[in-house]
Amino acid sequence: MKLALHNFVRSRMVTTALIVTGVMLVTEAAVGVADLDCAVSELPARLSDTGLYFDIASKRIACDVLPYEPQYPLWTDGAAKKRWIRLPSTTTIDASDPDHFVFPVGTRLWKEFSFGTRVETRFMLLGADEKWRFGTYLWSVDQRDAVLAPAEGVRAACESGPGVAHDVPARADCTACHADGADAVLGFDALQLSSDRDPLASHAQVPAADGVDLARLVRSGRVRNLPQRFVDTPPRIAASSPRERAVLGYLDANCGMCHTQRAPIPGLDLDLSYSLTRAGPPAAIATAVERASRFRFPGDAELQRIAPGAPDQSVLVRRMSARQPLSQMPPLGTHAVDADALALVRDWIREDLVPTQSVATNSSSHDTRN
Amino acid sequence: MTKKKLASNWIWIAGVTLLGTGVWMSATASAGDAETAQRVARGKYLVDAIGCADCHTPLVMGPNGPARDPNHHLAGHPQQLVMPAAPKLGDGPWAFVSAGTMTAWSGPWGTSFTANLTPDRETGLGAWTEEQFMATIRTQRHLGKGRAILPPMPASVYANLNDEDLRSVFAYLQSIPAVKNRVPQPLPPAEAH
Repeated sequence: MKLALHNFVRSRMVTTALIVTGVMLVTEAAVGVADLDCAVSELPARLSDTGLYFDIASKRIACDVLPYEPQYPLWTDGAAKKRWIRLPSTTTIDASDPDHFVFPVGTRLWKEFSFGTRVETRFMLLGADEKWRFGTYLWSVDQRDAVLAPAEGVRAACESGPGVAHDVPARADCTACHADGADAVLGFDALQLSSDRDPLASHAQVPAADGVDLARLVRSGRVRNLPQRFVDTPPRIAASSPRERAVLGYLDANCGMCHTQRAPIPGLDLDLSYSLTRAGPPAAIATAVERASRFRFPGDAELQRIAPGAPDQSVLVRRMSARQPLSQMPPLGTHAVDADALALVRDWIREDLVPTQSVATNSSSHDTRN
Repeated sequence: MTKKKLASNWIWIAGVTLLGTGVWMSATASAGDAETAQRVARGKYLVDAIGCADCHTPLVMGPNGPARDPNHHLAGHPQQLVMPAAPKLGDGPWAFVSAGTMTAWSGPWGTSFTANLTPDRETGLGAWTEEQFMATIRTQRHLGKGRAILPPMPASVYANLNDEDLRSVFAYLQSIPAVKNRVPQPLPPAEAH
């Protein structure tokens, strides 16, 4: 599989180089990579032309590009990831809604995926028409540069582990998770960038020393209109236990982009996103715990989405454990079960949640949501 | 000008304005109605021409052989028809089988049941938005973000329809009688569980 990817990238690079070299020689000199035209509908052919690197040969990042680390990362079959953002000079992010930042035209974000070596770097650009453009760049064998992947993506571009394929997504797959407008950027909001980081968060990576977090962005003036209470106290998930905090963060980052009341799935009433501004119990608790599921595995009776005390009888666990296309959750972007997160969720359901009936009959009236 | 005449003029102006506004609103509504009707008609033409009913309206046996069930127009696989496990076909060359209704199909992908396309809010497309319908066809994923649309649905063919045609198809589907019919979820292949 790696050989197929390498051959593909090599052939693409040769073709691309022949086509664009002449154009690039003229336009790079006249325009410069920092002035990438936000009005163009096409993305640059090479990663080195997107503005991420000052010098791609040494992998030195451009000085106006900021690394960051969300505290609750998305699971992609164990890929090691690096993330960066670049805001046009003098522009700011509007954080009036701390869950959904509004970004200035010209914002660029990158996410690099590695399985031992760099495989792909995904790229988002907010154009002058206020539409997001998505693309991903496939790294060459020699890791010198990466070329824009075809719109239909590349199936089984490499292996994320023994016998487990990694698919480079099609452009249409990007928009499956990255919706329009303020829902396009994922993993870059007040909770994800909070300096009050969750020690139990699954797969969290240590932020780079020069990375930005919420407090630093506010101090530097690049984030404005953040509600004062989150300036005074870094935001965190309100939960009844440290384990629940980590579970809710995981569900928000891995499920909440689709299962959200902001774009509800007709007839489902399931919201696994976490909102810093929501009153009452977290949406995931309210819409999943002890709620009947219509999903049936063959031979199953009716199950609950989350059955307190019974992880094996919880559809959430069953679907997180599945990697059959008709049953698995998430439905795309992964071919390998996230064993660590699954263990976390199972422990939470078994140890932290108590069926309502038991609570009602328990004279001690233990409050599971203190 | 006397106060009485001034008041009379104002009443006259107000009347004309109200009349004009009413005529304008009526004309706008009529234009909107005409546009909707045109879109629904175009949608019906497309749905008939591209064969949606072939699989989404169950066949029932009549005096002249199989015929579409008029009470389940585009309502998908009948929920009361519980299918037994699909027969095993071995290594081929036969690859998939269909129920006699043409609404249940089984092959290497598993077993799929054709969807209820009527505007029933609980079991059909009644709660769907136009954007969700278009995203489903364009991305060939459920609601544009879920599991893949399964065979035999030729979503990759319908993805070639332009936006206006897809809007018309959706408008027509929202205009037909709602049928309450909860179609079963697809089943994975037997060997997958």
